[in-house]
Amino acid sequence: MLRARFLIPAAIFILLVVVLGIGLTLDPREVPSPLIDKPAPPFNLTQLDHPDKTISQKDMLGKVWMLNVWASWCVSCREEHPTVLALARSGVVPVIGLNYKDERADGLAWLARLGNPYQISAYDHDGRVGIDYGVYGVPETYIIDKAGVIRYKRIGAVTPEVVRDKILPLVKELNGNA
Amino acid sequence: MRKLLVLLLGLILAGTALAKEATPAVPDPALEKRAVKLEEQLRCLVCQNQTIADSHAELAMDLKKEIREKLKAGMSEDQITQFLVARYGDFVLYNPPVKATTVPLWFGPFALLFIAVAGLFYYLLRRRHATAQQPLSEAEQARVQALLDASGERK
Repeated sequence: MLRARFLIPAAIFILLVVVLGIGLTLDPREVPSPLIDKPAPPFNLTQLDHPDKTISQKDMLGKVWMLNVWASWCVSCREEHPTVLALARSGVVPVIGLNYKDERADGLAWLARLGNPYQISAYDHDGRVGIDYGVYGVPETYIIDKAGVIRYKRIGAVTPEVVRDKILPLVKELNGNA
Repeated sequence: MRKLLVLLLGLILAGTALAKEATPAVPDPALEKRAVKLEEQLRCLVCQNQTIADSHAELAMDLKKEIREKLKAGMSEDQITQFLVARYGDFVLYNPPVKATTVPLWFGPFALLFIAVAGLFYYLLRRRHATAQQPLSEAEQARVQALLDASGERK
């Protein structure tokens, strides 16, 4: 009887600590995207380095590709930049950029200074396409399959672990099956 | 002293007069009212504990613009909400729909309350049984008697 009186509060306390501890490891910014397994929203934007040429998600049909939302003003984009660059140079998956709410000159200068991992960057000056893709924190990264369906979304910087554990296996799987 | 106060008051008022009010994107007050009402029910995903109406984050500003344009184009509140949920998920709603993934959110607090109340009742019942059904032992009886006698003597 006396033991229960002390053990029950202690058990409740430990339970609470465990629940709160799990809560600490979760990232509240990682909101599950409703766009997974949905067709990539259509866009038709000018290219960052060629204002006279356009790019659309349709141009990438038939390929597994990665869409990486970036901006010259975005700090985490610099953080992920070497990882994205390495992934693009490995040639495993074509990387298309979406230059989000940026100035053309700033974006081009950023790429010139740090290196350009993107085959093409689409220029989304007013962020409209960003809204269609549910972008709320740059950088964001999408893996889109051959049929143009979004299969994976990463919010925040792409790390080498994400590339190794998520992106590479998924790209391999998507290329193998279709 | 009074002059100083007047001066201070003047300065305060001057400050508010200079502060620029956000110019509504739409001059139509009825539409503006609908837009704000809708924005108050939507979460800003950048600053997660603010509504879009409250937030001045870039994305919130863009969404405000988007909402106004859509209202102007004749879309209903429901349609705009659908539009946003399709892109950002149920998390944009401050009043999320009841479905499988939100059941713990809606009913979790009631479940906890139920468990707590049940626990309390169990505890109270057991205590009442424990006190009511245990007759006093002989030693206790003697002690009660002694105490009663002692208090009686003092009077």
